[in-house]
Amino acid sequence: MYNDETLKFRAIVAAFAAALSVFPAVLPAQQSAAPYTVVSRAGRQPLAARSINGQDMFALDDLARLFTLKLKEDTLAGGLTVTAGTQTIVLSPQQPLASVAGRLISLPAAPVRDGRVWYVPVDFVSRALAPVSPVKIDLRKPSRLVIVGDMRMPRVAARVEPLGTVTRVTFDVAPPTPHTVTQEGSKVVVHFDADALDAADLKANATTDTLQGIRVGDAPQTVTLDLGPRFATSRTSDQPAPAGASRIVIDLIAQPETTAPGTAQPLPQTPQPNTPPEPPLLDLPNAGGLRPIVIDAGHGGDDVGARGAQGTLEKNVTLSVARKLKASIEARLGVRVLLTRDGDQTVGPDQRAALANNNKADLFISLHASASVRPAVAGAQVFYLSLAGYGSEAQASRGNPEALPVVGGGNRAIEIIPWEMAQGRYLQQSAAFASSVEGALREHVPMSTRALQQGPFRVLVGANMPAVLVELGFLSNAQQEPQLAGESFQNTLVQALTDGIVRYRAAAAAVAAVTR
Amino acid sequence: MDQRNVIRGAIGVAALAIAWLLFVGLPKWYAPHRAQASAPPTVSAPSAPTSAVRRITATLFYVSDDGLSLVPVQREVPFAASVGDQARAIVEAQLAAPPPLVSTIPAETKLRQVFVTERGDAFVDLSGDVTAKHGGGSLDEILAVYAIVNALTVNLPAITRVQILVDGKEVDTLAGHVDLRHPLAKSMDWVVHDTH
Repeated sequence: MYNDETLKFRAIVAAFAAALSVFPAVLPAQQSAAPYTVVSRAGRQPLAARSINGQDMFALDDLARLFTLKLKEDTLAGGLTVTAGTQTIVLSPQQPLASVAGRLISLPAAPVRDGRVWYVPVDFVSRALAPVSPVKIDLRKPSRLVIVGDMRMPRVAARVEPLGTVTRVTFDVAPPTPHTVTQEGSKVVVHFDADALDAADLKANATTDTLQGIRVGDAPQTVTLDLGPRFATSRTSDQPAPAGASRIVIDLIAQPETTAPGTAQPLPQTPQPNTPPEPPLLDLPNAGGLRPIVIDAGHGGDDVGARGAQGTLEKNVTLSVARKLKASIEARLGVRVLLTRDGDQTVGPDQRAALANNNKADLFISLHASASVRPAVAGAQVFYLSLAGYGSEAQASRGNPEALPVVGGGNRAIEIIPWEMAQGRYLQQSAAFASSVEGALREHVPMSTRALQQGPFRVLVGANMPAVLVELGFLSNAQQEPQLAGESFQNTLVQALTDGIVRYRAAAAAVAAVTR
Repeated sequence: MDQRNVIRGAIGVAALAIAWLLFVGLPKWYAPHRAQASAPPTVSAPSAPTSAVRRITATLFYVSDDGLSLVPVQREVPFAASVGDQARAIVEAQLAAPPPLVSTIPAETKLRQVFVTERGDAFVDLSGDVTAKHGGGSLDEILAVYAIVNALTVNLPAITRVQILVDGKEVDTLAGHVDLRHPLAKSMDWVVHDTH
């Protein structure tokens, strides 16, 4: 039945089919990729990688040498058996799968055979090799690292923010690792309690006149900051970080500008004769969202505050609203919020202000619920500090500059402000803040006819930032007591207070933009 | 001779009448007028203390009908010869709130001591009830503090600032809000003048 013609045709088709099926295995689109680094107690060595069909792959021979694997090609089935110790891994040439000690795992691509050499995707190391290996193997693709053995090698990323006279360097370290920060000559060295660092993201994204660069130090577990010529001093703090990481903030503070008369200084475009040019010495320039907001839940512990006829206690209302407000601000502004108390404990007034001052808080808001001898009195009230009652001491708080020697040489006029009078210089901002909060509350909740007032408030005097005290309503009022204790009114209050804070911050930012 | 005797008698009677008028009648008639004259609401100090009148009128401060302010109220308080004693009499009157007057200072509060320094600072030492029995709330605390501060500074020009002590000690606050660590000056911010 078959003639020569058909046989010939069949042979050609078969040859084509064979060629097509062999083609991708024999001639894959491949090129060499940046090598990985294998890190172990023994040291570091490169591991060549090759990009095949868009996948980074390792040669199985290289892995066999590193991890003492035995390779055995099964010519009948066309597969490959990899033996690591007593465990085996079976690979098939056309399938993105492997059998690891009897369990099937997936690979991002099938193994590729190029002549006698087999290539496997880099994920083979983490998905197939690591489970059967007697030693720990950790593949870190972003930093092109293979970490072998029990190496402590935290990932360190750096970010540089120039903030005027301060250059802020933020390190995120995962996992959290103990560290020390020291200054050695023209370098600041961060020494981690680790074997080495995964420093792929360790690049300075900016340089300033206090910071020239960031690099892995001479020892593999250190990071070095190369300092610039105007560096005066540094300040280090640990700050909260996302889960599984720790955050180190190093502020590099510049020397004050020497403004000798006659030297040609580049002048700002708009000279402002009324504002003193010198920045605060050990105070950060306003870095906007970096500063936390402190919420003070009034009273607490033995000090129950006001008490409603049905037994509602002021201390419980303030704590409940404070917690809700914290969540609301954090969600809406992305700003860190600190509470002066997050439980039913007694906190002194100085401790409350100190928490705000020590954390360089942006705003301080003290929450209270009021009471009156007249049961009809109701509505929210917003207070800010009045220094009228303080007489001459308040005048002194405006500060008489004293010349004091400063870090980095020279003298500087520094205003000494008594701690307890710190609020004196923020009265204008506090008035604006109080007005924003009062305006926002007015849109949502009943207000007192004396809604915006000043007084000599104990908790506000020491606050070194704009600060207000809010009386949310009157527990002595029969209608307001159940409202203040209830979820929905508290949520309304939180909404209004958040609005007030947002408005004040927007207004303050606009003012700052104009005066800058 | 009879005529002369009659004239002498008439002169004697007239002299007696004039003497009665001068020494008994006039003081009797004028005394109420003088008492009234000493009662205008602006009287602020025991300025003429040598008379026999034993009381002065002082401006004291009580809670307004709307509960949000203090209203000045004229009340008679015992006169005292020294500033310290007069201050004591004024504070004792302020601590009492006979109905219909309302005060935010707890009714149980007792005055322990008042002393006035040469600089014009008065220290008013109250019993612990002023804190323990206070109902709480910024507003009522402000009204309690300024009732006392203003009662002394408004009525006694010799006193310019007032510091409240409790049981003989300096305190932070009465109820957690108003800073009492310093003497406070008069503040009329919390006082309204239209009483009704």
